[in-house]
Amino acid sequence: MPEPLLQVSGLHRTFGDVHAVDDVSFTLNEGASLGIVGGSGSGKTTTARIVVGLESADAGEVRVRGRVRPARLRGRARRLAGARQVQMVFQDPYLSLDPRTSAEDVLRETLRLHFPERDPVPRIRELLDQVGLGARAAEALPRQLSGGQRQRVAIARALAVEPEVLVLDEAVAALDVSVQAQILNLLADIREQTPIGYLFITHDLGVVRCVTDELLVMRHGRVVEAGPTSDVLAAPQHPYTRLLLDSVPHPGWDPGRIAEARQELAVSERSGATS
Amino acid sequence: MTPTPVPVLQVQDLRLTLPGTARPVLDGVDLTVGAGETVALVGESGSGKSLTSRTALGLLPPGAIASGTVRVEGEDTLTMSAARLRALRTGDVAMVFQDPRAALNPLRRIGDFLTEGLRAAGTKQEAATARAVELLDAVGLDASALGKYPSQVSGGMLQRVMIAAALMGDPSLLLADEPTTALDVVSQAEVIALLTKLRERFGTGLLFVTHDLDLAAAISDRVYVMYAGRIAETAPAETLFAGPRHPYTAALLASTPRPTAQGGRLAAIAGQPPDLRTTIEGCAFAERCPLATGLCRERAPEPLPDPARPGHLAACHHTDRLVAEGTPADA
Amino acid sequence: MTAATLTRRPGLAKLRAASGRSPLHLACLVVVGLVVLAALVGPWITPHDPNSAELGSALAGPSGEHLLGADVAGRDTLSRLIAGARTSLLGPLGVVVFSTVAGIAVGMVAAWRGGWVDSLLSRSTELVFAFPGVLLAILVIAMYGEGLIAPVAALGVAYVPYVSRLTRSLVLAERARPYVSAYQVQGHSALQICLRHILPNIAPVVLAQSAVNFGYALMDLAGLSFLGLGVPPLTPDWGRMVFDGQTAVQYGYPLSAILPCVLVVLTVVAFNVVGERWADRVARRDK
Repeated sequence: MPEPLLQVSGLHRTFGDVHAVDDVSFTLNEGASLGIVGGSGSGKTTTARIVVGLESADAGEVRVRGRVRPARLRGRARRLAGARQVQMVFQDPYLSLDPRTSAEDVLRETLRLHFPERDPVPRIRELLDQVGLGARAAEALPRQLSGGQRQRVAIARALAVEPEVLVLDEAVAALDVSVQAQILNLLADIREQTPIGYLFITHDLGVVRCVTDELLVMRHGRVVEAGPTSDVLAAPQHPYTRLLLDSVPHPGWDPGRIAEARQELAVSERSGATS
Repeated sequence: MTPTPVPVLQVQDLRLTLPGTARPVLDGVDLTVGAGETVALVGESGSGKSLTSRTALGLLPPGAIASGTVRVEGEDTLTMSAARLRALRTGDVAMVFQDPRAALNPLRRIGDFLTEGLRAAGTKQEAATARAVELLDAVGLDASALGKYPSQVSGGMLQRVMIAAALMGDPSLLLADEPTTALDVVSQAEVIALLTKLRERFGTGLLFVTHDLDLAAAISDRVYVMYAGRIAETAPAETLFAGPRHPYTAALLASTPRPTAQGGRLAAIAGQPPDLRTTIEGCAFAERCPLATGLCRERAPEPLPDPARPGHLAACHHTDRLVAEGTPADA
Repeated sequence: MTAATLTRRPGLAKLRAASGRSPLHLACLVVVGLVVLAALVGPWITPHDPNSAELGSALAGPSGEHLLGADVAGRDTLSRLIAGARTSLLGPLGVVVFSTVAGIAVGMVAAWRGGWVDSLLSRSTELVFAFPGVLLAILVIAMYGEGLIAPVAALGVAYVPYVSRLTRSLVLAERARPYVSAYQVQGHSALQICLRHILPNIAPVVLAQSAVNFGYALMDLAGLSFLGLGVPPLTPDWGRMVFDGQTAVQYGYPLSAILPCVLVVLTVVAFNVVGERWADRVARRDK
């Protein structure tokens, strides 16, 4: 039985009168990859931000290797320890890098912060190599890089900290299909090489099929279905999961039918809530 | 079927050069959208798909030099007078953008936004409002949306408003530039359903620009695949997906992650699309193509029709090998 | 088939090209350069001692001896103008340096911390806004007496809101960018992120605003010394020269009062043009 790497239990978060996250619990094992899917407003991104520490929860706790992760990381030592637990790759590679810092400098900065006693140079080369970036890309500023290259820099930056959990928030959504496949393969390779656990936030069920082995479907802040990815995708139990699956364009696709199904779902939910 | 009327959009040999680039951004693009037809233009970022669609509105980037023709209902937008272009933009051609929030003034009510085009053209306020209510109804929203601000409605609803706005001038051609990319899958399906319904109802020609091949296949009559400013392949949607005749299309199809597929590694296309600062000798895809030979690097392939498949053109020297050897695997 | 070759939006392109070679901008750059040069090396290049009063040449017109004439006390106007550049620029420089540093600090803390800290800082800077800088300076001079320090400090405080409000809005926009979140997740401290990443990204815009402020501060300080406040009587200073020249104007010799006026106006305009153009260029580059 692998040790649970990340344990999230009973997360709640409200914004005004909206329940963005409503009693969300899940476990991520060492070396595993868990996907959270859902539409916009499902609370998947808020959940991820709470795990990372960019947002605080109203209730519930996040544990990494059994230890509670504090909501606020105060003080240098705690901040660094917190960073080594969980790292994140953001959606938009065009905005998630400082426009004035080259790939190499980003990595050097991070390595100096976390491993001041080590010589950063060989590690920088190793990291760039791991994400498939050449020497020229390493010296370039973000605006001189393509979307895929920038996302590689962002992944290298997260790996530099040597985190236990990597949260990927729509990390391939802004990339072109051919580049997206490269990055997904890269993520699969990294998982083979390291015991890192992935928490993959996405709206794309195809991507989920590719990189996750467990799946969580969220809607209106709640987990509506959870299970092994292949099972959930092959035999969805919840009507919302079915709706999501049917919404993916495929041959013989009938978008009109999906629009109706969504309305039916909304109606049944409303009657379910009032009864 | 009636005899083929004048297509709503006919692009012929369109070439577009931007300052500071080593090669044309658009290099001999040919594309036709018939009346009431849905055509998908598929490509990666930088392929020139958005640029191509914008020329139908006479929108060129600053400093661009264009040659060729872009005819909207027979009239060339590249040589059109400014006054005629204005009329074209308020009437015949409309556009739906990727990010509805960025395309709307957040400080103005949706009603003002919908009616301002018509009022500027001289329509009375009441008539314009009546039309707006009618179109909001057509996109599945009620009249209460008129008084709302963009920040008060969801992205999917806002995109419906954008579609309603695009239809206000009763256009013959609707350009949709990645209209669903900012939406989640369910909202995407709803917007697509809406576009399909409206196209049938109003007989509008639709040019759907997207990076998503599967989406293009599912909704359009015909697909154009663009790569590095050139049309790589065009075919009726079903035939293109059943049997691509260009290695780029084949590779794109193979690298798309699908929920129904097996998990694990994808057949990614190695490398990146060519940079605009470099020139291209021969085929633009040769650098990344597993089938490429010396010929590909010397001479750019012309789009050739497939004799067995009407309307299927592919610009590849090795179509026969692609058919014989199947989908090129990850190189 | 008709082939068309055309270029769209020539108007904008022309405007941009023209601004690149704008004679106005060039002239302003030259003025700024000359004035700064005078401030740096002024005391060594003046043809006469700016403070030596030769009563014999009092109110002399332009001549070979005194190129721009002399004032009521017989002091060489050209020498006083050159020597005055230092005081006249040093004051505004002090104002700008203080207001920029303090303004960035206040604006950054307000934007980063938000909440009650933001309210407190924003409201108090607005309070300063409501109080005219010159009045504040007069008040401080009245309390602490003559000297350059008091008016510069007072104006420095009065100019803080211009910088802090701009900084606050820039930091708010920058903070919303995911790269800042990325550094937070990496474990960098707020101070590190602000100084090493946010500051360099917003600095060009803030500095451009400060260049514009420089012109205004120069005008305010010249006005104060015209009122006889701030600069000690004998120090050569443009504002002081206008004040001293009043008597000469009454005698019908306006040159010694008009020339420093012209110089103040020219310098202010030059700094504003150069500063604004810089701001424009920075804004364009960011797009």
